[in-house]
Amino acid sequence: MTVYLLRRISQSFLVLVAMSMIVFIGVYAVGDPVEILISPDADQMERERAIQALGLDLPLWEQYGVFVWRALHGDLGRSFVYNEPALQLILQKMPATLELAFGSMFISVLIGLPLGMYAGLRPESPGSKMIMAGSILGFSLPTFWVGLMLIMVFAVQLGWLPSTGRGETAYFLGLQWSFLTANGLSHLIMPAINLALFKISLVIRLTRSGVRETMLMDYVKFARAKGLSPARVTFVHVFKNILIPVVTVVGLELGSTIAFSVVTESVFAWPGMGKLIIDSINVLDRPVIVAYLMIIVLMFITINLIVDLLYSALDPRVRLEGKA
Amino acid sequence: MTTTLEVRNLRTHFFTRAGIVKAVDGVSFTVGRGKVMGLVGESGSGKTVTGFSIIGLVDPPGRVVEGEILYQGRNLATISEEEMRHLRGNRIAMIFQDPMMTLNPVLRVDTQMIETVLAHEKVSKEEARQRARDALGMVGIPSPDERLKSYPHQFSGGMRQRVAIAIALLHRPELIIADEPTTALDVTIQGQILAEVQKLAANTGTSLIWITHDLSVVAGLADDIAVMYAGRVVEDGPVSEVLDRPLHPYTHGLIGSVPSRNKRGEPLRQIPGMTPSLLKLPAGCAFRTRCPRADEACLADQPLRALLPGRQARCIHPHLDEVPA
Repeated sequence: MTVYLLRRISQSFLVLVAMSMIVFIGVYAVGDPVEILISPDADQMERERAIQALGLDLPLWEQYGVFVWRALHGDLGRSFVYNEPALQLILQKMPATLELAFGSMFISVLIGLPLGMYAGLRPESPGSKMIMAGSILGFSLPTFWVGLMLIMVFAVQLGWLPSTGRGETAYFLGLQWSFLTANGLSHLIMPAINLALFKISLVIRLTRSGVRETMLMDYVKFARAKGLSPARVTFVHVFKNILIPVVTVVGLELGSTIAFSVVTESVFAWPGMGKLIIDSINVLDRPVIVAYLMIIVLMFITINLIVDLLYSALDPRVRLEGKA
Repeated sequence: MTTTLEVRNLRTHFFTRAGIVKAVDGVSFTVGRGKVMGLVGESGSGKTVTGFSIIGLVDPPGRVVEGEILYQGRNLATISEEEMRHLRGNRIAMIFQDPMMTLNPVLRVDTQMIETVLAHEKVSKEEARQRARDALGMVGIPSPDERLKSYPHQFSGGMRQRVAIAIALLHRPELIIADEPTTALDVTIQGQILAEVQKLAANTGTSLIWITHDLSVVAGLADDIAVMYAGRVVEDGPVSEVLDRPLHPYTHGLIGSVPSRNKRGEPLRQIPGMTPSLLKLPAGCAFRTRCPRADEACLADQPLRALLPGRQARCIHPHLDEVPA
């Protein structure tokens, strides 16, 4: 187990290094931030000074070297635009995105699992057919449109829920969170549901096919032959087996939700990381883009590690070994 | 002879899109107390479905459409699912064919055994564990205490089948339906398991329905035998008599197909043709198309009729004339 963890961590480090190079070169290739950041009226002297101040006069490999050296000291550079440390900028926005992502994940599992189980256990019933038809809608309706419709109905017409912002926040672990206040929670609900819609459908379909597959297994029939109650067969024998694919997909989805919830954040003016990264790309704020992507890579690595650990907890046949 | 189970005219049909599959079509037999009943036939002859029909585990689109399954004066074909559940694993247990698939891979052996105890009896978890451990010991699993904490994948195939047998024995059932439980195992393991089961049945007075396609297994184990073909019993009787003097040409062919040392060097004998599809059975005797003795008379449906004392066969041209080999 320890060997396994050490091995995984060293692998992760290599991935981080490789990613940092790709990201750095990629961002360098996208365009020259000088053109956007410095006013066109500026004279040559001012331009030179600005370029030097931003470190853009150095050749690429030197810029990368400086970045790595600073990164090793916990400094991912300063934003060109806000003149604040990029890391701090991102971390400020992070709680908003995290609570949105986790909220939507929570909703999708809470709704998707039971509906998927039902649809899998009674595939022929009208209820299941409705669930499956609904899941197609969840897959195919564009997020931004559903978001706008939600605002139309629940914010504009019914006036039940606020449509923009995070509302009141409360401090927890030194960060601001909306879900801790009633007002903040009411702000969180709509964007979280909006973001969850696709994932609910995903979880439903995954659970349903898992249940249908597992129900045909000999061990389920044997469990029934032992005279176990239907509830025990379903919730212990079947449920534990379908959790494995669900955990994988939910893990991967969580990562991409955190990284790419841009659309929902824009529609609901949710001040999260997604909005920050889009703004930063627009003005070619290199340090923020690079720092953001590094954080996202790190997050994916961590989530994958957690998923693997969960695997071994769920499926005893999976052994975490030092030797691959 | 007291009877544990009597099956009368059982019909289990599957209602598929391609048509009605009469997997079991009028099967009758009785199992005496403490007796081993061998249910023999090729794949698709309906022997497994017969087993599932008795224990009430025929899944849609299949259904028991007719017949009686009499157990202690009750007809298992008509009792409620809840009543049936109390019998399953308790009074009537089942062992499946493939031991690699019968245990849930993500649950520990103790979980799977204890839940079986608790499903039918209100005992403490500790007592249930004791019972599970004793059952493992009974089927010859060394250091049962440790093995209880293992997962199924940590056992070999033979050991897993022993676990499945131990689970079947937990409530000292009156009837165990064993669906080819040794088919997937090595011959040596097969022998051990057979000996184990025989001993247990003799000690506990448990009756067995042993479903198999392997005549040599039945020869050593069963008291009575019923040979199935295309959903019907074509011949039954005491095992030694049936094997020594088969009446139905199908049984005859089956026994002839067993390779033996005396026939070394000769081409192996076989029954020509294939098992007919249950969707389009030939009219009359289903074996007619493969039978060397068939003629026009076989176009009519044959009832199972008594030909010798204690012996029945479904055939107009039985092998009555032959001197036993």
